[in-house]
Amino acid sequence: MAKILMKGNEAIGAAAIKAGCKYFFGYPITPQNELPEYMSRELPKVGGVFLQAESEVAAINMVYGAAGAGARVMTSSSSPGIALKQEGISYIAGAELPCVIVNIVRGGPGLGGIQPAQSDYYQSTRGGGNGDYRTVVYAPATLQETVDLVMEAFDVADQYRIPVMVVGDGMIGQMMEPVEFKEPKKRNLPPKDWATTGTKGQRKPNIINSLFIDPKELEDHVLRLEEKYKVIKQNEVRYETYNLEDADVVVVAYGTTSRVVKNAIAKCEAEGLRVGLIRPITLWPFPDEAFEKISDKTKGILTVEMSTGQMIDDVKIAINGRKPVYFYGRTGGMVPEPDAIVAEIKKIAGGEK
Amino acid sequence: MLNDNRIRIITGHYGSGKTEFAVNYAAKLAKSGKKVALADLDVVNPYFRSREKENLLSEMGIKVIGSSIKAHAADVPAVSAEIFAPLQDESYDVVLDVGGDPVGARVLGRYYNYFKEGKYDMFFVINANRPETQEVENTIKYLKEIERVSRAKVTGLINNTHLLKSTTVEDVLKGQKLAEEVSKKLNIPIKYISVLEHVARELPSNLEGEIFPITLYMREEWML
Repeated sequence: MAKILMKGNEAIGAAAIKAGCKYFFGYPITPQNELPEYMSRELPKVGGVFLQAESEVAAINMVYGAAGAGARVMTSSSSPGIALKQEGISYIAGAELPCVIVNIVRGGPGLGGIQPAQSDYYQSTRGGGNGDYRTVVYAPATLQETVDLVMEAFDVADQYRIPVMVVGDGMIGQMMEPVEFKEPKKRNLPPKDWATTGTKGQRKPNIINSLFIDPKELEDHVLRLEEKYKVIKQNEVRYETYNLEDADVVVVAYGTTSRVVKNAIAKCEAEGLRVGLIRPITLWPFPDEAFEKISDKTKGILTVEMSTGQMIDDVKIAINGRKPVYFYGRTGGMVPEPDAIVAEIKKIAGGEK
Repeated sequence: MLNDNRIRIITGHYGSGKTEFAVNYAAKLAKSGKKVALADLDVVNPYFRSREKENLLSEMGIKVIGSSIKAHAADVPAVSAEIFAPLQDESYDVVLDVGGDPVGARVLGRYYNYFKEGKYDMFFVINANRPETQEVENTIKYLKEIERVSRAKVTGLINNTHLLKSTTVEDVLKGQKLAEEVSKKLNIPIKYISVLEHVARELPSNLEGEIFPITLYMREEWML
């Protein structure tokens, strides 16, 4: 299929529908509005349902219901809207329901602003909701990767019965780029024999629930979730690396920021500096293993983010004290300029302590 | 382009590349010595609006009229009353950069009184790589709907078929074929073929419409 030009938000909708998503529940917020708008137009054409809920809280609970009935379902929002959904996300994680949640991130805290940001890293990877739970978090850097990961997200959600988040800064939602739709690698998906599809008098009722009266039962449940998260950590980590073997400085960046960083790296190379890159594609599970490939001669690690530095903790855990970790970022909707990143790289290469 | 009517309205499907064309068109007009005003009427897009390039355009001597709320990133912009000045003052060449789709074109209804036959041109920008405007019928549907809500007539087509920085001659020719069919069905001429400079050099010379080489003002260097 030839490439077509799509806006990020539309492309996410198209990818979801191609992945068999039949239901979308959401509430409008910039900069992700084109996504629900696309779904409202396109889902009825495939026999699906788009519903604009009365609030984000209502929308995520509709997702809970549809996922519990075994349907492929999605919701999307932007930062403060995702904050409102946290209770529902925790319930979905507790009830082990598969769904896809898209966050097109804007500046915060509070209502913040509508321009692109990455200041929901904590929200995405630590969970704003309560309890011992995790969500798989994808952070694509191009629209092609966004489309690929959205399609795969539905499979991953079904395979592990887990909510999967796709997190893109506002640029990913608003930018236009060429995309094509390719089937993701085939996975062996278990039947949804747990779904509330009606007993037809032939089996005991399935129950979708996250409430446990007996603490031992809840502990067992949580430990079982923990086992599942371990398997996900083993199987689903994704990242891209560049030139780690002999880099003077290694930059860690994800999403749109990683593209600005690549520009900065090219500028450094033109001046004879060796600069490597680790680009986490999954923010959870975080690609700890990539950091083992960093060479002894590397002087330092530079984390670049569109936030005040929310990924630094994970980078420090991954590098485990082997190298100093530095930070450069813009926030509030400002996108870092390549030249500013070059200047930071040079400071470290020059031996900044 | 100097022969186009004084008021130029740039419309088209959402994401067809109207703003990039409008900015390039205004820049070229300014370079030819005209007194140019570019009015950003986009109330649809929250990002990539021509008013974001106000500084660059002002340096070229172009008067940029954006939202009357002085915040580039406002969720809902307010179309400025200042737009009436260049619409009335005939010493100005005016470019109206309109939001995408019929919903974006609705803003034009407000200026209906200025759209007198022979006084304005309304260009319809076509990008055949956008999924909703790959076929003649859909494209005409959008064009007709934009004419209906704006109460103005499209006077020229612009083939702006591209895949951003990876645009090839084949992309442009695919769009040209679509533009030709739309042109024949509606009896509206193809006015410009808007295309990146290095691709423009490789285009055959017998195409209908003036080849209009553009620079990508709206794309950052790290973008595709």
